Amino acid sequence: MNIHEYQAKEILRAHGIPVPPGEVATTPEDAEAIAARFGGAVVVKAQVHAGGRGKAGGVKLADDPADAKAKAEAILGLDIKGLIVEKVLVTPAEDIASEAYVGIVMDRATQSSVFMVSPEGGIDIEEVAATNPDAITRLSVDPRYGLLPHQAMGLAWALYDDVKLARQAASIITKLYEAYQAAGATLAEINPLITTPEGEVKAIDAKMNIDDSVLFRVPEVAAMRDTSSEPPAETKARDAGLSYIKLDGQVGCVVNGAGLAMATMDMVKYYGGEPANFLDIGGSSNPDKVVTALEIITADPRVKSILFNIFGGITRCDDVANGIVEATRRIDIDLPIAIRLTGTNETEAIEILNQAGFTAMTDMDEVVKAAVELAKGDESE
Amino acid sequence: MSVFIDGSTRLVVQGITGRDGGFHTRQMIEYGTQVVAGVTPGKGGQLFDDSVPVFNTVVEAVEQHGANTSVVYVPAAFAADAVFEAAEAGIELIVCISEGVPVQDMMRALPFVKEKGARLIGPNCPGLITPGVCKVGILPGQIVMPGPVGVVSRSGTLTYEVIFQLTRAGLGQSTCVGIGGDPLIGTDFVDCLEAFEADPQTRAVCMLGEIGGTDEQVAAEYVRDRMSKPVVGFIAGQTAPPGRRMGHAGAIISGSEGTAAEKMRAFRDCGIAVAERPADFVELVGAKL
Repeated sequence: MNIHEYQAKEILRAHGIPVPPGEVATTPEDAEAIAARFGGAVVVKAQVHAGGRGKAGGVKLADDPADAKAKAEAILGLDIKGLIVEKVLVTPAEDIASEAYVGIVMDRATQSSVFMVSPEGGIDIEEVAATNPDAITRLSVDPRYGLLPHQAMGLAWALYDDVKLARQAASIITKLYEAYQAAGATLAEINPLITTPEGEVKAIDAKMNIDDSVLFRVPEVAAMRDTSSEPPAETKARDAGLSYIKLDGQVGCVVNGAGLAMATMDMVKYYGGEPANFLDIGGSSNPDKVVTALEIITADPRVKSILFNIFGGITRCDDVANGIVEATRRIDIDLPIAIRLTGTNETEAIEILNQAGFTAMTDMDEVVKAAVELAKGDESE
Repeated sequence: MSVFIDGSTRLVVQGITGRDGGFHTRQMIEYGTQVVAGVTPGKGGQLFDDSVPVFNTVVEAVEQHGANTSVVYVPAAFAADAVFEAAEAGIELIVCISEGVPVQDMMRALPFVKEKGARLIGPNCPGLITPGVCKVGILPGQIVMPGPVGVVSRSGTLTYEVIFQLTRAGLGQSTCVGIGGDPLIGTDFVDCLEAFEADPQTRAVCMLGEIGGTDEQVAAEYVRDRMSKPVVGFIAGQTAPPGRRMGHAGAIISGSEGTAAEKMRAFRDCGIAVAERPADFVELVGAKL
């Protein structure tokens, strides 16, 4: 789960990391009022789940409250990588002497949390890794002992020569690790970590990604989910226990199992179509799930045909067939449907579907071809 | 012969009295797996289905019934602790079926399992099956047949699809291993390839990867440098958008890393035959045997 910058900053602040104050505005007038409270220059920052906000015009400096209103007006409603900006963070502008990068990420290859720090801050760390890899210092944290004090200090020395700055940075790095652990994050980064002319070290931008599997344990973090920043269909699917991702094609896919769902999308493309979505209905044959799946798919105006690809291993095909029949009775569907069921009780399943007026197949490639043709047939009409 | 499980497997089921644990225990017993004990804290002393003794702890199952393998069906919140318990009790092979185990839990459990000299398969995996001999997990027994093909995969139903097609074409399997769809897993492709290379029954391997991470790329190099047996590979998620998690927690393209194209290229560069479609496995594997 992604959270916004202002939310990540709340978490970091709660762990004692120096983060300048900030408030969220949803209207230009709010932004103006917030800027007036802070006094002086402020930065108005788009709160969307996308990188490269600055380049997209989503981060602007404002000299006074009136200017903050104007800047907020320009940013709110902006489309950044397909996401509409609905909130801005208004925060006092800081005097910056230097910018560094501090981040920790769950690393698959080493199966550990890895710190990355760089004195080159304020730019994308992937860019630094590509252009100047020696500027990044890495440290893998042993989960048994956590981040040890000398390790935090070692990372801090990679950023600053001055001991006063290094001590502050070590404290921030230690607290960042605590925040990352406590929130169940898979990534936590401060970019940039700045020094001020007065010799203070502060976090002026923050990003955190949270492990979806840990949310049950951290309800206060789970509550940070912003459903306004995702397609409503994805919210509806998640609430129904389905895994759904909207794409741009014409063939709506309903599949059991994530790997098979991906492979089905790939086959749609292979046979000349474009998948409209990723959808895993899981192992359940519960008609309610099938109904929700069909509601979501048929609500997408691009969809021209619906493809069911079910492999009954533990799931019984006849149960799924009953679910499909029941679901299509409960909602009106005027799109052509191609169904494939293979595995346990496939003969019974096909009989059930035939009786309900559906054609069912047993071969994956055949059904994908059929669904792609059905989608094209509709286009030519 | 086979890999990881065989006739000497003595299984303890952690979470045997739960809905999934109970259902799959019956399936495993029916398939011929020696299920010697079950564990559910608080239900020690009972008999599961009037036949399998239930204990409060794994160590009792090991001491009293010689369990050497465990399968974990406990809810995700407790799954990592179940893995710790099994490793501490001296279990050699731990198969964790549970889906949704917090990454930070696995990060702690993995080094512990390694220290104890145990092997963990999963989490978030369908387990493994040695056709005609033994199954541990949830793979459907009716779609497999004994033979020379090793199967290793990050997914569940896609694996069943490929196994089913192999079986229909008369290409039996030595062992099928589902290693799991999570970003942190106990046994990776290389571990399985190594085992298949050493297994005399296995004459070819089907490797089913997916987007996310670099496990397939590392495996490709292993095939090139260390394997004599032919490998056929497939990558699911060629049409997956970057930055989105495709059902499996580990199936995500991060930045530009972990794309299907990159993995398929690595396969081809290392002499692995690439199946464009799941259906291509039959012909490609058939040609190697």
